[in-house]
Amino acid sequence: MNTAQANTVLLTADGTPLKVSLARAQRRSKIIAFSMVAPLLIFITIAFLVPITDMLLLSGNNEIVQRILPKTVEVLQSWDETSGELPDEIVFAAMVDDIKKAKAAREHTKIGQRLNYESSGFSSLFRKAGRKVKKIKKPPYKEALIKSDKRWGKIETWQVVKQFSGQFTDGYYLAAIDFKRNPSTGNIDSLPSKDSIYLKLFLRTMLLSTLITFLTFIIGFPISYLLATIPTRISNTLIIFVLLPFWTSLLVRTTSWIALLQQEGVINDFLILVGLIGEDGRLAMIHNATGTVVAMTHILLPFMILPMFSVMKTIPPSFMRAAISLGAHPWRAFWRIYFPNTVAGIGAGSILVFIIAIGYYITPALVGGSSGTFISNRIAYHISQSLNWGLGSALGVILLGIVLAFFVLYDRIVGIDNMKLG
Amino acid sequence: MSSLPSYLSLPERIWHYVFLGICAAILFFLIFPLLVIAPLSFNAVPFFTFTKEMLAFDPAGFSLKWYEEFFTSLNWQGAVRNSIIIAFFATIISTSLGTLAALGLSRPHMPYRTLLMSLLISPMIVPLIISAAGMFFFYSRIGLQGTHLGVILAHAVLGTPFVVITVTATLTGFDNNLIRASQSLGATPTTTFFKVIVPLITPGVISGALFAFVTSFDEVVVVLFVGSYKQRTIPWQMFSGIREQISPTILSAATLLILITIALLTTLELLRRRTERIRGVTPS
Repeated sequence: MNTAQANTVLLTADGTPLKVSLARAQRRSKIIAFSMVAPLLIFITIAFLVPITDMLLLSGNNEIVQRILPKTVEVLQSWDETSGELPDEIVFAAMVDDIKKAKAAREHTKIGQRLNYESSGFSSLFRKAGRKVKKIKKPPYKEALIKSDKRWGKIETWQVVKQFSGQFTDGYYLAAIDFKRNPSTGNIDSLPSKDSIYLKLFLRTMLLSTLITFLTFIIGFPISYLLATIPTRISNTLIIFVLLPFWTSLLVRTTSWIALLQQEGVINDFLILVGLIGEDGRLAMIHNATGTVVAMTHILLPFMILPMFSVMKTIPPSFMRAAISLGAHPWRAFWRIYFPNTVAGIGAGSILVFIIAIGYYITPALVGGSSGTFISNRIAYHISQSLNWGLGSALGVILLGIVLAFFVLYDRIVGIDNMKLG
Repeated sequence: MSSLPSYLSLPERIWHYVFLGICAAILFFLIFPLLVIAPLSFNAVPFFTFTKEMLAFDPAGFSLKWYEEFFTSLNWQGAVRNSIIIAFFATIISTSLGTLAALGLSRPHMPYRTLLMSLLISPMIVPLIISAAGMFFFYSRIGLQGTHLGVILAHAVLGTPFVVITVTATLTGFDNNLIRASQSLGATPTTTFFKVIVPLITPGVISGALFAFVTSFDEVVVVLFVGSYKQRTIPWQMFSGIREQISPTILSAATLLILITIALLTTLELLRRRTERIRGVTPS
């Protein structure tokens, strides 16, 4: 049996079976290939993927409460928040001790700020407590603390501390979609519509991005068609009109739109010069949604034209001629024959423009005013100004989720391997 | 398209000219914002619009003072220097690592190719504000925030996807028999690499490096977060200039950047024509 099988196995020159030898060669090839990719993979991981993951974790991180109020959190576990009674003396003693330690480490304002996100008033409560606790030296701590600020005598205060004492929180995510956890019942309630800003902002970002995508399509289609159908000699020259804006700095293009659109700007001056509007009728085209849409449509137009152009170039002109010679009206030939062939390019361009648009920051920040800003601007605000990093990160995670979902769609249509540039 | 076929009907002829008119309007929309900047940058007064003197071509309405300010102010000179330094080193890092990775990805038997490709080009897909925020938190923690090194590394990350994509694109359809042929003729792996692979991938590497350079040179979101005043680049300076005191110096900087872009595009076009001539392909 063994000998019979050995006879059928092919051997290489050195006597090893061919299969083994091939597997070994392929493994070696895999290792070489992988070791060439490894340096970049390590670099991207350390310099990019780890920071992104780190930020994602920040959006659910709540360890600050347990870190700054360790004893309080521990003894609060045995308190029944639904009993309708204040916690025992031992909890107040723990709180006084924790605040004293936090005050020494200058961290009592941080915990106040954290809990303030969930229920307003905590910032001032802890700041005040930081000043008062040093006078509270002996029991009963309960009376002393309540005397320093009567909010300590309210059950809701302690309910909030207990509710948000876990290692992780969904509070930032709830805030990011305009919901809030009720501290006494633990239920999730939606905010009254006057306070809900983030859902509106997400909606506005999506709507304006869709509008921008649509406009780039409407404006980009005729130009792509022209470039694809005229002789290469001319199209090579005309495509400079697309490539020059594409390669020009984003800041330069935004700056020129400011010069064009602002109240004292070129377009308003021109309209007054030709008498279309009066001196007091200057149009407000900037620092609002109009400014964002106009400037971003111009900036993103090349991202729509280039994919459509490269698809249209592959459609043989004989298709249309054949349809017309068979009796179709030119419109019908275009609609039934040419247009369906361009769908791949339209899809690729649209998704590309949409993905870039919903994450845009610079142009909305400079020309968007208050009605033309995007969710990115809010994220930047939370990270560099309000310093509510948890909420900024949660908004970032949601934005990232939307972008990745559309990217998967892009991958299905175009395939990342076929992504072309310029 | 210049001479219309005689069989076209009148409506078709009219539509043809209407269509050309629409296209002309679109091309105007594309290019006008870039053209308007240059004359405005010679404004004698600190406005972003044409003054009466300028429209009357009165020499008194024009001045070179914003260019003078650009070339003498410490803010702008520092910005020019930082932009060049940061873009230069970021390009070197992303081009070398990206080219090597693209060569690896294009080898036969590469395991998990799609997954690795997605990871490597992820910096291009993730919205810049998220990359910037993530890098800001992490780089501050390890002391890289507000350093040139931090900004260079961040820009290198943003530039690598372009290098990976362009080099991979030149390698698709790469005939591995060329490598075998060279080896069977007695070349060492090093000789094969420099004599066979390098000449084939050079166009991809150059255009990838160009993309990486422009990405860094034009990038502002990440610099705003990872950098500080000391790392100010030209876009950083323009951004804060527009937000704080709006001065036509920004317009002169913008005009110079447009000139650089035109020079860059011309070079690319000449290179492309040269390649076509060498290959014996003439544009139809």
